[in-house]
Amino acid sequence: MRDIDTTELEISLLLEAVYQKYGYDFRQYSEAHIKRRIMNSRAMSGLENISQMQSKVLNDEAFASKLLQDLSITVTEMFRDPAFYRSIRENVIPVLKTYPFIKIWHAGCSTGQEAYSMAIIMQEEGLYDRTTIYATDFNQLALSHAKEGIFSNSMMKEYTTNYQLSGGKESFSGYYTSSYDNVIMNQSLKKNIVWANHNLVTDSVFAEVQLILCRNVLIYFNRNLQNKVQRLFYDSLVNGGILCLGSKESLRFTDLNEDYTEVDKKQRIYKKDY
Amino acid sequence: MHYEAIVIGVSSGGMKAMKIMFSLLPKNFSTPIIIVQHISAHSDTQWIKLLNDESNLSIKEADEKEKIEKGNVYIAPPNYHLLIEKDKTFSLTIDERVNYARPSIDVLFESAAEAYKNKLIGIILTGSNNDGTKGMKRIQECGGLTIAQDPATAESRYMPASVIAAMQVDYVLPLNDIIALLIEITQPQAHK
Repeated sequence: MRDIDTTELEISLLLEAVYQKYGYDFRQYSEAHIKRRIMNSRAMSGLENISQMQSKVLNDEAFASKLLQDLSITVTEMFRDPAFYRSIRENVIPVLKTYPFIKIWHAGCSTGQEAYSMAIIMQEEGLYDRTTIYATDFNQLALSHAKEGIFSNSMMKEYTTNYQLSGGKESFSGYYTSSYDNVIMNQSLKKNIVWANHNLVTDSVFAEVQLILCRNVLIYFNRNLQNKVQRLFYDSLVNGGILCLGSKESLRFTDLNEDYTEVDKKQRIYKKDY
Repeated sequence: MHYEAIVIGVSSGGMKAMKIMFSLLPKNFSTPIIIVQHISAHSDTQWIKLLNDESNLSIKEADEKEKIEKGNVYIAPPNYHLLIEKDKTFSLTIDERVNYARPSIDVLFESAAEAYKNKLIGIILTGSNNDGTKGMKRIQECGGLTIAQDPATAESRYMPASVIAAMQVDYVLPLNDIIALLIEITQPQAHK
């Protein structure tokens, strides 16, 4: 008998089953992370082991889509990392202003909070009428939520603080309408956001854009997959276009490290070289 | 026993405890140390710099995909969970809070237990919640060594007490004795 950890083998078979049957590819995600998610999912399902999950995934679509939700991270907030958005206002907006039409790709937008944040900034800078924000994710449920633009009222205090720390000068409550426990984002913010299903792992370039935001998505990928997605971003950006990563992500370990110039090192903002 | 890594979970009262710990650990202490300290999501790295200034060891925030090296101390960055992969590199995630915490001690400890098996030492110091209890159990299940700060000597007793109530911890000691034990079991040459 070979010395193979049974749980790890089961995980790899489960991910293979998900990929072959449904096309979602988690095989190159960080192992410790994906293991944690699958173990949690198994505990919630009441199934005894991961092999049972595999059988159920293949024969029960509802179970498969539940697992997909469990493997998808939807933690996000408006103006997450306010200092980052401050840097966007100071260092990126002046670049965007030089274009007659502005295309922004928000990759891995989840439930949309950061896409709305960007829309707010573009509106305040007087650029929104000539801007299109492509906000994409592979999680259709999160995407539908994002498109509705309905968020819990209880989050608004934190979002307002973030907005103010990011350099926002308006009244944040002017960007949404409250109704009982929820708020709905203004139509004027929604109008130029195109919500679309796109999977960074399996789909390819769909537009040429001036700004890509992809924050705290690549941390879940192994280095090989990170490289592949970075190539996709490089190919989607115009020369001189801007790439924004999460506060703990960088180009340091990728093949494209030499092809960008740092705009703001701390906030992980890079400019594609001409 | 050749231990390859030490994971430490610490919460309220942690700054003081870590200052003492790093003033006592010698320059040649080579086993890597990985720490989750509960801190605010918006903290900057100033406190790590302060800690570093008073330490014999090199202390830094853990980076995504970074390889764990001997002689280094790594601290989980604010607002991220820190995990250890089988190839002894770090992963970061922004998954939901665990025990109301991100970074969570359980998340680090459970992944570390699986990566290092019986070559891991897990330590719970002062703190006022029960994050880390599950992680310590997992470390023990995987054959690692478990140490809790003696609650009577901890600035905040709840976190080590929670571990002690849940399992048979290998050592329950005051902080100074924990450090002496670490030096003894990881660096026998220091005593020659």
